Amino acid sequence: MKNIRLIYQIMAIMMGMILAAASCQKDNYTAPQTRFTGHLVYKGNPIRVKNTGLTDGNGIGAVYFELWQDGFGKSGAIDVYLDQDGSFSALLYNGDYKLVIPSAQGPFISLQDEQTGSDTTILHLNGNTDMDIEVLPYYMIDQANFTVGADSIVKASAAISKVITDSRAKDIEFVGLYVNRTSFVDEDNNIAKQTIAGSDLSSLSSIALQAKIPEDISGGNIGVADQNYFYARVGVKIEGVDDMIFSDIIKVELP
Amino acid sequence: MKKIFLIALAAASGITLMTTGCSKDFLTNDPTSILTTDQVFGSKELAFSALADLYKGYVDQQTITNWSEFTNFDEAFPSEAGNYWRAQQTDFPYSWWSLWNYDYIRNINIYISRCKGATALDDADKARFIAEARFLRAANYFELVKRMGGVPIVTEALTYDYSGDPSYLQQPRAKESEVYDFVLSELDTAMVDLPDDASVQDRASKGLCLAMKSRAALYAASIAKFGSSTPSVSLSGGEVGIASSEANKYYQISRNASLALVKSGKYSLYMKKPDDLADNFAALFYDKGNNPEVIFAQNFKLKSGTIEGWTLNNQPRAIAEEAQGGRVNPTLNLALKYETLDNKYTPFVVKNGSDYAYYENEADIFNNRDARLAGTFILPGSQFKGKDVDIWAGYFVASSGAIVTSGTFGGQAQLPDRDYKEQAVGFSGPIDGLEFAAQTGFYVRKFMDPATGSGQIGTQSEVWWVRYRFGEVLLNLAEAEYELGNKDSAALYINQIRKRAGFTKDLTANDMSFDRIVHERRVELAFEGHELFDNKRWRIAHKVWNGQTISASELEAGVGTATAPNTMAYGLWPYKVYAPGKANDGKWIYKVVKPGEVTAAHRFQLGNYYSTIDQTIISNNPKIIKNPNQ
Repeated sequence: MKNIRLIYQIMAIMMGMILAAASCQKDNYTAPQTRFTGHLVYKGNPIRVKNTGLTDGNGIGAVYFELWQDGFGKSGAIDVYLDQDGSFSALLYNGDYKLVIPSAQGPFISLQDEQTGSDTTILHLNGNTDMDIEVLPYYMIDQANFTVGADSIVKASAAISKVITDSRAKDIEFVGLYVNRTSFVDEDNNIAKQTIAGSDLSSLSSIALQAKIPEDISGGNIGVADQNYFYARVGVKIEGVDDMIFSDIIKVELP
Repeated sequence: MKKIFLIALAAASGITLMTTGCSKDFLTNDPTSILTTDQVFGSKELAFSALADLYKGYVDQQTITNWSEFTNFDEAFPSEAGNYWRAQQTDFPYSWWSLWNYDYIRNINIYISRCKGATALDDADKARFIAEARFLRAANYFELVKRMGGVPIVTEALTYDYSGDPSYLQQPRAKESEVYDFVLSELDTAMVDLPDDASVQDRASKGLCLAMKSRAALYAASIAKFGSSTPSVSLSGGEVGIASSEANKYYQISRNASLALVKSGKYSLYMKKPDDLADNFAALFYDKGNNPEVIFAQNFKLKSGTIEGWTLNNQPRAIAEEAQGGRVNPTLNLALKYETLDNKYTPFVVKNGSDYAYYENEADIFNNRDARLAGTFILPGSQFKGKDVDIWAGYFVASSGAIVTSGTFGGQAQLPDRDYKEQAVGFSGPIDGLEFAAQTGFYVRKFMDPATGSGQIGTQSEVWWVRYRFGEVLLNLAEAEYELGNKDSAALYINQIRKRAGFTKDLTANDMSFDRIVHERRVELAFEGHELFDNKRWRIAHKVWNGQTISASELEAGVGTATAPNTMAYGLWPYKVYAPGKANDGKWIYKVVKPGEVTAAHRFQLGNYYSTIDQTIISNNPKIIKNPNQ
């Protein structure tokens, strides 16, 4: 009995020592506080992409750019992911960064930086900075309108323009309408969709799509039976490019 | 009592300390657990065992000792709760299949240089050991280039001089074509000193070098040819991508290597059981006695510690020797690809007009098909180890259309108009969402060991993992001939394979197409680790796994098309018909199902074609450039 109490005492003392040792060292850096925000844009219009979703360090599916900073031992990029509306934000330390959009990231071509003559943009951060980054998308969705009838069919009419028409141009693989019950909508996150292959499109300026929201799926939690508003957007998949470009997300309400 | 014990302990440890401290030259003792270089290369046996360790480093992607890798691509479904995520994730991480094992290459390089300098070994032994090590190095570079594209080619053990500047050790990536060229020329060199003996099957042989040349050159050729369909999968320095003008050259190399192997006459297709071609095809993989087809295999031996658990992991649950098994469930997607014997792609007939199609026996739906189906799959209504595998999903009550089943293995339920309960589902399932059940309706048969005890944890199996076999070389040859425009010879070699599978009507030269070649490899080489790398080199992986959900009818429609989407696993479930007094009573119907755990459609992105090179590698060697589209 005595022994057990002794063991407890020793353990308590040891834990105290460990805590003391651990808390001895002071943090020598304050947390980063400079906000770097903005959008990826084409002529002022944001490039809308898929939501960051499950970015488990591999950045699968989502669009990102890299920030590099020299002079800290091993080099490694800070990946900054784009939100659905094409915006980004990162908390950083003041300093000099190099901004690189990796080639083949996103449904666009990144422009050459005039100052460096390469894919690298020099970024001086000193205080909160808001900056739009201009890129050249393959396609833009100029407009997308959505209506939903009592039959719970979402109808979309969209107009797409081909931005890159020179030798770098790429074809449309398909155009899709996506509807989800939350405001996260893309090719992976949807409860209703319709896609039309690029070869079946007769005109880019008037594309009609429709998808019926299911009555009840997933054991009765999702569907028009449970909810009377949904979110919809139109996306374009470009041949030979992984990331899709999307329209804005619009909330549609059942009548 | 305790006190006495403590005192004794203290005394004992004191004595131990004193005794060890007494010995005078304890600092100069020879180590008892380490062999010096001189010792190792002073004896043939020790040099050979060091070489055996290098064989152990041979890298496989899918292999029977890592079953779950087979379930990533809709060839099979993972029937184990901890691996359902493989059917539920959309994207393949870019880092998957990454390989950068320069430690292994260093070990080989050191082995080669030390073996060269060894004086105590016979010249013949030395030459063979060195050739084997060079073969292993070539094999590893082939594996690296398949996964990463061009990598630095290091053929000497690099040593750091501690000068503070390691830049002289930093090599840039070689071109993808240069790595293939290196592999091919190394195989040529190694071949000279290797035995030209088909009975050497778990070590390198001349035949193996030819077989690997046949495969590697075919990979290089198809990357050159099909690279144009994915222009963004390339790097301007040639680290990824091979010029299309090189395609013919590599196809020629592959063809010549395959032909040399075929003409040597040392290997042939396994045909020991001509009366039962399905059994024959299954035996090809587990028969280790005078197997004329196997060129190179990773060997195992019972009671030696080097055993494998493929049979343990995948045995039918109904007849399992442990309370587990059934993990790899081949899919309907794959089963559909096995043609009927009239050389046609025929879906399994589950409907007859608006009614179900009724079968007298459970296995009848699989009749009249490619023998490789029953040789690769354990089908419902069949036997394994001489016992019924008991795969059926329940009773179909004909009068009401209701299903009577149970949620446990061999569980009981009560049928209408009966006053007792009886077994209402197979002891192997299928039961949706129950691990180890045949959730697709199928279990895997390839590499399964029919020996008693192979399903026991304490025994397991010594069936080998076949890495290279003559059948694949014939398919390589057919593909190279086809691409070189010789459709006649392509048909000739493919027909050899198909005859062994029970086809009596030959394909003609006009039947030869890219789709045919792809299809034949898919059905012949299923579960042998080819699917991913084949789809990569043909540049069709992003079309096959395009992330779009797929219906069963789309699956059936696309079965003969190489680029048809294959993103979600489907199954085929048998039901016993309950219709007392009616003609259909006791017959069988089938339903096409999608296992409930399959929730996502697989997507292979352009960035998956070549795996990520880890940032720490690039950080250590800034000359290394990233792979495209990541």
